[in-house]
Amino acid sequence: MIKESPLSPDHAAHRETVPAGAYWMHPVCKGQVFRIVDLEGNQAADTLFYSADDPAERYSAVDTIREQRNVYLGVGTKLISTDGNPMLEIVADTVGRHDTLGGACSPESNTVRYALDKKCMHACRDSYLLAVTENDQFGLTKRDITHNINFFMNVPVTPEGGLTFADGVSGPGKYVEMRAEMDVIVLISNCPQLNNPCNAYNPTPIEVLIWDAA
Amino acid sequence: MSIRDVLHEEEIPGGKHWSFTVGRGTLLRLVDIEGGANVGMLFYNPANLLERYNAPDTLKGQHTFRLSAGHCLYSDMGRVFCSIVEDTAGWHDTVCGNTTRAMVAARWGVKSYQEHRNDWTQNGRDSFLVEGAKYGLGRRDLAANVNWFSRVRTEADGSLVFDGGAAEPGAHVTLRFEMDTLVLLHTCPHPLNPANDYPRKPVLLRFGKADPVAADDACLTSRPENGRGFANNHFHHLCG
Repeated sequence: MIKESPLSPDHAAHRETVPAGAYWMHPVCKGQVFRIVDLEGNQAADTLFYSADDPAERYSAVDTIREQRNVYLGVGTKLISTDGNPMLEIVADTVGRHDTLGGACSPESNTVRYALDKKCMHACRDSYLLAVTENDQFGLTKRDITHNINFFMNVPVTPEGGLTFADGVSGPGKYVEMRAEMDVIVLISNCPQLNNPCNAYNPTPIEVLIWDAA
Repeated sequence: MSIRDVLHEEEIPGGKHWSFTVGRGTLLRLVDIEGGANVGMLFYNPANLLERYNAPDTLKGQHTFRLSAGHCLYSDMGRVFCSIVEDTAGWHDTVCGNTTRAMVAARWGVKSYQEHRNDWTQNGRDSFLVEGAKYGLGRRDLAANVNWFSRVRTEADGSLVFDGGAAEPGAHVTLRFEMDTLVLLHTCPHPLNPANDYPRKPVLLRFGKADPVAADDACLTSRPENGRGFANNHFHHLCG
């Protein structure tokens, strides 16, 4: 479902561009609205959420899809924590649907998926590991790197149980927006993957915006 | 396929949990004795508990949503914990997670230990927390688990459908461990099981020794990705 947001970027409390291959780790408070913009199109934003009060409580892909009885994320999806609590709700989306089955790329999974000699190419999980290590005030480590959301990515499941990686349903300027239902820490790896079409073989910047509660 | 030289066999009643470490080269057959069982399972590297089963890497690396014979179960480090060398059920879930205490209470009612002793209604999440804690693992270490014998397919719009109709007594799936592995398991119901009464289905665990992996092994060769996964295991074992 496509639903546009009434919010204007001119009134955002925070606005920042995140280059491909970089991470963005930032708190979002309960009631604030958080948007990710796919500036140039076909860019995967690999995203994790942690409860700010208790980071051991974090986004859970399996609890989210089971509770909504659907594998795709879109408007109305409540992003559920490992403790069964709603962390954020998707309130606007100009893409249509987002993936949470495919996980994040890593040097190790690149060796399996593409070739053994791809191991030294930059990957999302390296960005995550640098993020949690550089920002140790949050108390996160590799233990906390879990199954993420791939905003803007299209991973169709077939009725026969297959998984396919289709070209993006996203495009330049498309966005997804969510309202925080608890204080969260957002961790995004703006995906550097060069080996598959998730970024159209050309990783590009995203923009993140935060609006204060109305 | 039979397991020659059964090394160990045990039955786990329904609604319970257990854990153990198995060595590389071990076969583990799970048998759904009555039909309709669910076995929640997680895998860790006992030498580095930060290395754990990664469902997304497992699924995307083999372009599959279901698990069945020929598939390998991957760690987050690009290595194969185990291969599915045999499967009569045809479809196992790894995206629906576990029952929780609240879910069991809402769907089947609370049966406390105080009142019902070991017929109490346990849940998958607490089961993993208990078994994980035996090895120093906690809430932060849990991950998306496998639900053996549970078939959850999707409609065209992505809706999940729990399909219990295919369950047969005696269905079994056999895992061959490709590296030393810590296994946590529970036999609590699948979280989408619509049964009116709390399902309590036992499973048989049968352990044996695997033959060496041949060059034309069905799991090794089912996809080029698995050849590279096995190459990563080979290097892992070179390094001890």
